[in-house]
Amino acid sequence: MNAIDTYLEGGPAIPIVRDTDVVTARLAARALASRVGFTGTDLVLIASVVSEVARNIVAYAGPGEVVLSVVQSRARLGLQVIARDQGPGIADLSRALEKGFSTSRSLGLGLTGSKRFMDEFSLESTLGSGTTVTMRKWLS
Amino acid sequence: MRVPILKQGDYVIASIQSALTDDDLMQLRDGLTAHVGRYRSKGVIVDVTALDVMDSFATRTVRDLAQMVRLRGAKTIIVGIQPEVAFAMVQLGLELGDVGTALDLEEALEWLHHECH
Repeated sequence: MNAIDTYLEGGPAIPIVRDTDVVTARLAARALASRVGFTGTDLVLIASVVSEVARNIVAYAGPGEVVLSVVQSRARLGLQVIARDQGPGIADLSRALEKGFSTSRSLGLGLTGSKRFMDEFSLESTLGSGTTVTMRKWLS
Repeated sequence: MRVPILKQGDYVIASIQSALTDDDLMQLRDGLTAHVGRYRSKGVIVDVTALDVMDSFATRTVRDLAQMVRLRGAKTIIVGIQPEVAFAMVQLGLELGDVGTALDLEEALEWLHHECH
């Protein structure tokens, strides 16, 4: 993760408990990304990525939350997505990021696809105490 | 958000009106599969024009739907995948497999007519 100069706007934490919360989080991400200046495919990708990480929380580790913020580094604006839970944690972090790995009902492309698209991606997990995914996408 | 399912001759048409939850998508899959059996439909059209994302779960559910409908003796075609959504699916490595797709309803009806008669 690179250093951030400023948090311009931190949104409220969106609680993630059930599958309707996944939709709430991805629509909020899309709306905020649009205000930052993202357009077209980037908006869909950002919404998809938030959908994946929020679904991971519901499927494996609920309850949790998604926090969306507008960030700035030098002259660049970006969107930051933090998805965190107090779930069981991920036993094998590198495996969780392998394409095709899934222990639940998604295609196992959730985290890998998200990592590929976002400019910055960090996954921290402690067994027994939860997982935090932090991602940033900068406006180019 | 329930998705209305319309019967149109030998076909059923489901037109998604807004963002759907995973449960909504599963209900749609099951509803359409049941409908095919009840009305002996030959084709299923799912209009996804209004769908905000086709993420891993939506993609998988559509593939499952098409497979279930095929096992019930009918065909499925997906209509209206928006260009941004298509681009995002490719970027994320999501594939619909051999599920039929069309740009609009008219093309979908033509395709089904060709496939089912």
